[in-house]
Amino acid sequence: MINPRNPLWRYPSLGVLMVAFFAFLYVPIIVLIVLSFNQNQTATIWTTFSFDWYKNVLENPNILRAAQNSLIVALVATVVSTVFATMAAVGMAGKAFKAQNAFNGLVGLPLLVPEIVTAVASLLFFLAIGLELGLTTVIIAHVVFCIPFAYLPIRARLEGLDPKLLEAASDLYARPWQAFARVTLPLLLPGIVSGAMLAFITSMDDFVITFFVAGAGATTLPVYIFGMIRTGISPEVNAISTLLFAASLVIVMLSFFISQKK
Amino acid sequence: MKRSSLVGRYALISPAAILIFVFMLLPMLLMALMSWLEAGQFGGVKWGSYTPEAYLKFLFDRDLSDHLVFNTDYLSIFSRSFQLAGITTFLTLLTAFPVAFYIALQTPKHRTWLMLLITIPFWTNLLVRTYAWILLLRNGGLIDSSLHSLGVLNTPINAMYTPIAVQIGLVYAFLPFMVLPIYTSLEKLDWRLLEAAYDLYANRWQTMRRIVIPLAAPGMVAGCILVFVPALGTFFIPELLGGAKTLMIGNLIQQQFGVSRNWPFGAALSFALLAVVLMFMLIYALRFRGKGSLTQ
Repeated sequence: MINPRNPLWRYPSLGVLMVAFFAFLYVPIIVLIVLSFNQNQTATIWTTFSFDWYKNVLENPNILRAAQNSLIVALVATVVSTVFATMAAVGMAGKAFKAQNAFNGLVGLPLLVPEIVTAVASLLFFLAIGLELGLTTVIIAHVVFCIPFAYLPIRARLEGLDPKLLEAASDLYARPWQAFARVTLPLLLPGIVSGAMLAFITSMDDFVITFFVAGAGATTLPVYIFGMIRTGISPEVNAISTLLFAASLVIVMLSFFISQKK
Repeated sequence: MKRSSLVGRYALISPAAILIFVFMLLPMLLMALMSWLEAGQFGGVKWGSYTPEAYLKFLFDRDLSDHLVFNTDYLSIFSRSFQLAGITTFLTLLTAFPVAFYIALQTPKHRTWLMLLITIPFWTNLLVRTYAWILLLRNGGLIDSSLHSLGVLNTPINAMYTPIAVQIGLVYAFLPFMVLPIYTSLEKLDWRLLEAAYDLYANRWQTMRRIVIPLAAPGMVAGCILVFVPALGTFFIPELLGGAKTLMIGNLIQQQFGVSRNWPFGAALSFALLAVVLMFMLIYALRFRGKGSLTQ
């Protein structure tokens, strides 16, 4: 460990850079939040404080339907991908075997392939097999790209697990599934929770893939927002964007405090 | 290993593996196949009639008498995309490295908080973050009106729908993707190596160049890939911040499934993009074999 007070480790110019860096990162977000509470119709000039735009957003049936679609998709995708990812992580732990490399490659695929390529490939595939575009296709696509986000934290957690604990359990006559339910699963839980949260955020935020495979009836929140932005900026977009930012913020903070506690 | 336990492990892995195989790998193979088919008149493809038309279209146009004429329109969109993605990678690397280094110098408690501040935008919707820049960049927006009220400028800034707006949007979008992997490789840096270097009369620049940068190299390369790949394939950042003159590959692909209705050409473009990305991955995998992979 280094002593940060030692002049050897002081880089005064880096401090200035840090301030500029965080300003660059946060000023746009802050401007967005401030303007969402702005009374003025023109969306960029401050007049007085108001909740009007939030009221408009919450009374707009199209936005509510899009939000509902987003939640349905994200919940289903999170549950399915987290269950499969947990199973896969448990299956991958332990002694090396042949299929491991192939699976590592497969699970990395959704992270490495550009989103637009995945989107085009999925669209063509769904159309070719005759699946009608809608919530089902969106959910299938989301489950697939959520798997790696759920998988990686669980796998990392499993790697840090002491194998002696399982040996101790089997010494005490626990059957393999009992050892799993009583030892592995509880210890794995923080990894599973943070994996599920990452999967949930990723699904809620996805725009590109959903935009291609959603079809007419399955508009999600990001797809709806994109449509709103394209027709011009409006105070409603500020309000709904702020709400989406707040949702991400809550989930990131939750996952942060969970990971701090372990 | 016991046979039964191996079967069990395959059974545990298979749902996730089958899903990704069927709904990701197969679709990409299908896409490759479709890029060699003839385009249907109103979208779709003509099954069974194979033609290299989609790949020819990338470089040539057909004139009235059906002769191929060299056409650089699409080539220039590709080169613009590479240029924008390349500059984005360079600028984010230039900013992220000192930032990651500074964070690594802090006490553990400080580090955690600073990293949280970087993680928040990382997990915030990219569409929302891109939209925020419209509020800043447009005429009558925050930058324009502040410059006017300060008297620096009395004409509109006209920053929106320019390559610069797209460039800013790209850097802003992908900056956190660069900081995280570099920080991960600097986090475990053995600072005694730097002390040893100083003891041996190295100056700060030499220590940086000979010790810190080589040790951070895997993180820097991972960061470059994590920025370059999505920046190259981005579609809504140029769509929202750029105009018709700043089309990128992503926009071109999207058009083939929207207004242009040329699926084989869209598939061929996607396949070309994928090939470029896979090439970068392969170079990365060969160069940094065994030093940890991007996904772990």
